Amino acid sequence: MGSGSSVNANYKYSLQKSENAFKAAVLIQQWYRRYVARLEMRRRCTWRIFQSIEYACEQDQIKLHNFFSYLMDHFTPSSSKERDFISRMFISGESFKEAELEKYCDYESLEVPDSYTGPRLSFPLLPDHATALLEAFKQKQQLHARYVLNLLHETRKHLKQLPNISHVSTCYSEEVTVCGDLHGQLDDLFLIFYKNGLPSPSKSYVFNGDFVDRGKQSLEILIILFTFLLIYPKEVHLNRGNHEDHMVNLRYGFAKEVMQKYKVHGKKILKMVQNVFCWLPLATLIDQKVLIIHGGISDTTDLDMLEKIQRNKPRPTQAPSMANRLEFSKWVRQTVQEQIEWCRRLVDISESEDEELTYSSVVSLTDLDGPCWTRQEEWKQILDILWSDPMPQEGCRVNTVRGGGCYFGPDVTEKILEKYNLQFLIRSHECKQEGYEFCHNRKVLTIFSASNYYEIGSNRGAYVKLGPDLVPHFVQYQANKTAHTLTMTQRISRVEESAFRALREKLFAHTSALISAFKAYDKDNTGRITLSNWATAVESVLHLGLPWRMLRPQLVRNTANGMLEYKSWLGDLAMEQRSQEHIQSSLLEVIYRNRSNLETIFRIIDRDHSGLISFEEFHQTWKLFSSHMNIEVTDDGINDLVRSIDFNKDGNIDFNEFLEAFRLVKQA
Amino acid sequence: MSQPSLCGGGPCAWRGNDIGKGMGQLEMGLGVLQKVARAPCAQLAGTQCGDKSYWHDGAVAEIEKKIIEAFEVFDHECNKTVDVREIGSIVRSLGCFPTEAELHELLAKVEEEEPTGYINLEKFLPVMTKVLLDRSYPPIPEDVLLHAFEALDENKCGYITKEELVKYLTEEGEPFTQEEMEDMLSTALDPETNTVCYRDYISMMIVDES
Repeated sequence: MGSGSSVNANYKYSLQKSENAFKAAVLIQQWYRRYVARLEMRRRCTWRIFQSIEYACEQDQIKLHNFFSYLMDHFTPSSSKERDFISRMFISGESFKEAELEKYCDYESLEVPDSYTGPRLSFPLLPDHATALLEAFKQKQQLHARYVLNLLHETRKHLKQLPNISHVSTCYSEEVTVCGDLHGQLDDLFLIFYKNGLPSPSKSYVFNGDFVDRGKQSLEILIILFTFLLIYPKEVHLNRGNHEDHMVNLRYGFAKEVMQKYKVHGKKILKMVQNVFCWLPLATLIDQKVLIIHGGISDTTDLDMLEKIQRNKPRPTQAPSMANRLEFSKWVRQTVQEQIEWCRRLVDISESEDEELTYSSVVSLTDLDGPCWTRQEEWKQILDILWSDPMPQEGCRVNTVRGGGCYFGPDVTEKILEKYNLQFLIRSHECKQEGYEFCHNRKVLTIFSASNYYEIGSNRGAYVKLGPDLVPHFVQYQANKTAHTLTMTQRISRVEESAFRALREKLFAHTSALISAFKAYDKDNTGRITLSNWATAVESVLHLGLPWRMLRPQLVRNTANGMLEYKSWLGDLAMEQRSQEHIQSSLLEVIYRNRSNLETIFRIIDRDHSGLISFEEFHQTWKLFSSHMNIEVTDDGINDLVRSIDFNKDGNIDFNEFLEAFRLVKQA
Repeated sequence: MSQPSLCGGGPCAWRGNDIGKGMGQLEMGLGVLQKVARAPCAQLAGTQCGDKSYWHDGAVAEIEKKIIEAFEVFDHECNKTVDVREIGSIVRSLGCFPTEAELHELLAKVEEEEPTGYINLEKFLPVMTKVLLDRSYPPIPEDVLLHAFEALDENKCGYITKEELVKYLTEEGEPFTQEEMEDMLSTALDPETNTVCYRDYISMMIVDES
């Protein structure tokens, strides 16, 4: 019995042990899976925050257009100075005639000093020039303005003879590589070339727009792409994106980058770039089967029309209301005329210009030149191609978020594919976590090549390769070494931090509106509201469509019994923002909220791109803007503001410094 | 399940799983779970337990809003449906710690008669609301987790070798996939010693969570 019972005891013991092990394993797995799910939720919420803020910013562009419409409707310039001021806002997009352009953006007179150690370009360009440029940019060198301008001139000449829709065939160079948005992120372009090889007679590339803005090396990317375009014109194809546009560049950083890098000749470079962008082709067709456009399509997209229109005509500005139209156009024509005289005097041109170009660059009236389409109809085709986004629901509706183009459904895709006998569409325009994404039953492919777009670790970039079988093969990458070494948690936390900082800034910018909204839930004036009401109130003010209850723990730290003391919470938010204490806090809020629009307006007014505007101009701008936004600001208020930001005390305002003062402290 | 004795009764019964039938340290850990599950009930309801109608409408409405928010984060097509494979993430991100087995049971309640691969918000909402109100899948406290790791640590030396951990977690319990195992190792493993010092790991994870 002795050994029997000890065998039994052993057996029981080992059974216990394995049961314990089993249960322990379940517990650990259970806990870990929950942890991973939480991370996944945090990652998605972070993504939502970035996207909603990005698109809300694009809505600012709409507000800007509304502002201009408002001006047209309400503002009667009372002096030539004021007229001048206003007209400047509308003429920024004018395009020069050929001769004027050559003269204005002349490069031949620019001397390249012997001390210059950067690459020297000569035309026609050779592959060696391209490798020299790549090497130089890796070493953070800058290409001399003369070569930049020369390159831009040659690029423009080349692009002018290209059709609106490029045709590529896979039978000439086995594979075609399609890249999406790069947004000035040169490291990503380097990575693509490293992984996939440089463009060559046996390696075709299509770059699908949005080469510039947001990233800090937009100009370098343009230089490289244009260089390869000129060396391998049959193999390299560029599509225009919505960021290849002057107004957008003023807002999103490209204009600033150029001016900072080329202080003396930056103006000329920007002018030339503007005149290159308008000549970029609108679409690319591979084997007549795959259509590549930057944004998307709409239910009215007409490829035959797109092939025939004159793509370089500038965008018509917002048409004023019917009633004022004639009045307004008369007034504008007057000011335009004056401006043109002034310009002509500057460049000393004789009188034989055709006026059609100058008027059409400002106001859209029904144009009867060319085939029977109106300017508006033509522009809608282009806008749809450059700005649209796919949506899961059927149908086609106006893209109010972006302010241009449409949301198009799977039925719209199907119709276009059928109409033109296509297999699928490739587009970019939207950032995707994995660098690419299919939708509409794999008939629409989004390809996005700017990795870490929102923040380090936020997303991968990708490019797609197509062979004669037109089956897509993807390559993904992430252009930051630190992103690899961080753990998943660290990566998500970092991106999350960044998103929440941006969100807190937005909350701060709406302090007054939030207080009103909170007070509505606090009738007894206790200073506290429930967390539930907090969520509802915040959404009603910000309209970002975010899951506020999920985000709440990161935004609201001090709660007691499920209640929030909202005034002190808002006070904490305010403390986080770097601020000028002697400026009225409500004014501060307004500036924060409209910072992006203000910046764009300043840049438009600052015609010579000097970064400075006079007191008077600032005052004017502010007055107009505040009356449009129904902000009450006394003259004293404005004067205080102006005095506090005249950093150089010379009567001019460096608006870059002004705007810098209202930027969040960014992590180094 | 036995009626918890601390409470007068009512819908706040703690629903355990088979682990509840365990022994030794785990049993103790689970006793803690029991207490944890019961404590916040009264707070949530706002009144004493035992009163059948004690769920404030406000509390229920708030819970529903939270569930809808979490659901919508995974609703890619904006049509009030989510892929069935995402249900686990949704349930867990709402603060629940179900086992895979419990998750399957939940799914059975929310799936369509003919499973389509998608779950409708309509069916999900009432089931999930009850889950949250009942605290059906309460959190695993730090010390319970510690006990679990210790149970796997045969020699009680404070760490588990990589091989052992992989063996336990990919062969026992509700096995990890290779991806899950690699993910955990990427943060838990000390590459120099090829071991997991579980106390440190747990402390680090808890900090991350907050």
